[in-house]
Amino acid sequence: MTRRKVFGGVFLALVGLYFLLPLAAAIEFSLRDVGDTHSLEVWKTLFQQDGFVTNLLTSLKLALGTVALTLLIMVPTVTLIHLRMPQFRRTMEAICVLPLAIPAVVLANGVFVAFQGAPPWLNGTPVILCLEYVVLSLPFTYRALDAGLSAIPVVALVEASRTLGGGWATALLRVVVPNLRTAILNVSILAAALALGEFTLASLLLMDTLPVWTVSAGQSNGAVATAASMLILIVSWVLLLVMSVLSRRRSRTPRRSR
Amino acid sequence: MTVLINEKAASISLTGITRSYGAVRAVDGLDLEIASGELISLLGPSGCGKTTALRIIAGLEQTDSGTVVVGGKDITRTPANKRDMSMVFQSYSLFPHLSAADNVAFGLRLRGVKPAVRRRRAIELLELVSLDHHADRYPSELSGGQQQRVALARALAVEPKVLLLDEPLSALDAKVRIQLRDEIRTLQRRLGITTVFVTHDQEEALSMSDRIAVMSNGRLEQCGSPAEIYSRPATPFVAEFIGSMNHVPGIADGATVTVSGSRLPLSVPGSGAVTVLIRPEAVRLTDDPNGNTTITTISFRGPVTRVIGRLDDGTPITADLPSVQAASFAEGGRVHVTYAEEPVLTKAAD
Repeated sequence: MTRRKVFGGVFLALVGLYFLLPLAAAIEFSLRDVGDTHSLEVWKTLFQQDGFVTNLLTSLKLALGTVALTLLIMVPTVTLIHLRMPQFRRTMEAICVLPLAIPAVVLANGVFVAFQGAPPWLNGTPVILCLEYVVLSLPFTYRALDAGLSAIPVVALVEASRTLGGGWATALLRVVVPNLRTAILNVSILAAALALGEFTLASLLLMDTLPVWTVSAGQSNGAVATAASMLILIVSWVLLLVMSVLSRRRSRTPRRSR
Repeated sequence: MTVLINEKAASISLTGITRSYGAVRAVDGLDLEIASGELISLLGPSGCGKTTALRIIAGLEQTDSGTVVVGGKDITRTPANKRDMSMVFQSYSLFPHLSAADNVAFGLRLRGVKPAVRRRRAIELLELVSLDHHADRYPSELSGGQQQRVALARALAVEPKVLLLDEPLSALDAKVRIQLRDEIRTLQRRLGITTVFVTHDQEEALSMSDRIAVMSNGRLEQCGSPAEIYSRPATPFVAEFIGSMNHVPGIADGATVTVSGSRLPLSVPGSGAVTVLIRPEAVRLTDDPNGNTTITTISFRGPVTRVIGRLDDGTPITADLPSVQAASFAEGGRVHVTYAEEPVLTKAAD
């Protein structure tokens, strides 16, 4: 083995430890039982905990809604920018980074004020949180789509589709979307992960989501809260795995170099 | 092989087409009549407006003024997807997620043709470009030339009224370019499809076209058959852009010009000191120790030999001679230069 490989291996192991050690510790903690023994007791009782399932479902619905809404809004928007207004790419990027710079408290207050007169199906319901998460995930989703669109000759492909008789919808659905599969998958993962794990805004807007439930549960039972947060992580990872398997199965295009 | 005669081929009539980008007039009052079934090349240097003109015909760009009439119908404001034309792009623009056959069938799918029928038709068209054995390959598995053939089949599959080719050969290497050039011409003739071909390559234009429209600065300089454009250029721009030209000083006197001691008829009357444009093949050399020129370089090019010399006034002169004739000359030798008695063009003296 060369020195470079050894160094690479050591570096990888260190980084791995940095990420995995806290996770391992948390899992170990959630498995602790009376005395020095370990058991699945906490995990077994997790689903019987008051409000756990309801909040888990709320979070999953939120994730689904956020992903759907993000794709629905962002794919056509970013495509349009690439096709017709490439000069606004930088501006758009700057705007999309804003959510990172605005503190959650400010955002929550903004939502309170802006939606004061909103209809009851919106105000004080997870729907409003879903809208917020679409905005919060913008810094990541915009970049993922922008990179995906930059990697394909989108203008030429759309023009080819148009000269063959396709309208804008055809161009978007049959030409752009199939070629953006990887970017769309990335966007979905990022948006879902954000919606599943976001705490501050949900808490400030007094919504019941799994992260909010986890924090309040943690005040009475640390092990349950730890197990719940591990579950959020596992659900996110499973989602990620399912999506990437799905995308690989559907992707018939061989990726060979030219 | 199935015979695929296009019965929809239509004439095109461009009137007063103008398109500006800011202060730049990309196309400036372009008038052009293209007959049904004709292959016309828009030829010119980059930035001359040829691609813009093609994109206006396709509907991918809008005109500021003027009209586009195809098959007697004004389509100036018709969107690109309703024009019943198809286009082949320089960058191939095949859909990367579709196989060659699916790419070819794309336009048919949009027209609601049943899967089995469009598959059969796609294979027929791939046969036409000798790629039926690659029907299930993806664009990334095909060479540039193969991709462009698929793009051509895709464009022909929808039986368009007009076929638009936007420098389709520019990205290919020389050998493939010549091969595909001949294939396009053969197919175009066989299908009788009205074709507009944009190129900056004069050789391509000369060898493929029924007519060539030479453009410069957004304007049409001359439109005519390849022979006409080459042998009777209407403007100094066309003369210099097509083939090569000697620039020899002369004195114009109404209908004639005196150049290196010879008197030649003028295409356009003029007077005073001018630069005369003379094709290398119109230069005649005779062995003469007291001649007006010294030979500097002789380069053999197969059937033709290029002899480069310097007139006594310092003007460089190039002559293309049949190699048999050129054999009698030697580098450093003295010759007398005269010119073929053909009408010549002039431009303002340098």
